[in-house]
Amino acid sequence: MANFIFGIDFSPITNHLDLFLNAAILTIVISFLAIGLGFALGVPLGLARISKWKIVKWPATLYVDVIRGTPLLVQLFIIYFGLPFIGLTLTPVVSATLAVGLHSSAYQAEILRGGIQSIPKGQTEAARATGMTHLQAMRYVILPQSLRLVIPPMTNEFIIVIKDSSLAYAIGVVELTKLGYQLNGDYFEPFLIFVFVALVYLIITFSTSTVMKQVERKFRIPGYGVHE
Amino acid sequence: MTGGLIETVDLKKSYGQVEVLKGVTTSVMRGEVVVVIGPSGGGKSTLLRCLNRMTEPTSGDVYFEGIRVTDPKTDINKIRAEIGMVFQSFNLFMHLTVERNITLALTKVKGLSEVEAKTKAAEVLSRVGLQDKAKSYPGHLSGGQQQRCAIARAVAMNPKLIMFDEPTSALDPELIGEVLDVMKSLAVGGMTMIVVTHEMGFAREVSDRVIFIDQGIILEEGTPEEIFANPKHDRTRTFLRRMLKE
Repeated sequence: MANFIFGIDFSPITNHLDLFLNAAILTIVISFLAIGLGFALGVPLGLARISKWKIVKWPATLYVDVIRGTPLLVQLFIIYFGLPFIGLTLTPVVSATLAVGLHSSAYQAEILRGGIQSIPKGQTEAARATGMTHLQAMRYVILPQSLRLVIPPMTNEFIIVIKDSSLAYAIGVVELTKLGYQLNGDYFEPFLIFVFVALVYLIITFSTSTVMKQVERKFRIPGYGVHE
Repeated sequence: MTGGLIETVDLKKSYGQVEVLKGVTTSVMRGEVVVVIGPSGGGKSTLLRCLNRMTEPTSGDVYFEGIRVTDPKTDINKIRAEIGMVFQSFNLFMHLTVERNITLALTKVKGLSEVEAKTKAAEVLSRVGLQDKAKSYPGHLSGGQQQRCAIARAVAMNPKLIMFDEPTSALDPELIGEVLDVMKSLAVGGMTMIVVTHEMGFAREVSDRVIFIDQGIILEEGTPEEIFANPKHDRTRTFLRRMLKE
């Protein structure tokens, strides 16, 4: 393999492409599971945040404030190092996925809440006036419009999750960042190695935003909004 | 109890310290077309919205076919399914085609099958002259077309009463006529209608009764001839003079 290009020795990378592939897959798996977990929790949390029942609204608000108001790295340490002290030991990968997913759920809940609240009140009124229940109005009229509306801020959030997954390096998960760290220990080529690591993240995030752009286009409401 | 289709008894609504409705007692008979007129902020829309409890009245009662709508135990969704409502800003479901706007409540509230609902949608759309627009989205329709679609959506439910809340106020002047024509044909067809409007021509030509509401009370009511030719109150006279000058 030609390891020298423009007189630069790329062997720290080219010799370990298999490791980079594994690390990238791990980054992708953690990120996408976390995005899924964040969404699965974010939707009910977002709905709870705007519930008229205090018993539902209050805990959801507390959750969002606490999760959003504390560093992800500290949350990761609580889950990985702290939970074993109350009898729950999780593997590093599971801990990282859980931490990033829970963290994201608070943000996704807020994004969705904004999306729901930005749908004009007349939409709910028109639905309720035909005799639909609150739940039916939500399901058939409000949510389908809100979910379309939140695609751009959700794309943002998904990209943040992918980058946040790098914090897993701190508990020894050999994802992209940790691999770069390890290889740098062997070769001491920090510029080359970390620029390459950054490039791999960029490929993952850019692919994600490209796919989300397609999703946005596919679900665009004809004749509605600024795009024509 | 006068045996009307819908009745109100001493209906009041306050927002904080502001009393918008100060005790309205009236009733609308089956087949009657009632036009509600009056100055802005006088309580016209609030009255309409209290009838199907889109706005909760502060006190007083509403009866629909003898059922106390204001009873917390009454299934309000069942009542609403029988009362159509047309809004000033149309409020079509923007993410759904014209056809789906109409079939949604037919299938989800009335329990019709998709096929039955689509047949019904085609029927009401041709009644409002939108048979070609079934697959269009609201965003591609003019204001007048959107409002006709909204009327079709209300009519499709086979309601016993349709309430119109300033249905032409958001329309360009040249589009008002097409909407009023559809409303006229409904009135001629025997639909019971309560219409809040500033269209005095419509009130005069189409209504059986005109109600003048000002400062939260029914100041006077009567046939269009009585109200327009011979208003009893100064405030009615002033209002009509101002409206008819335009």
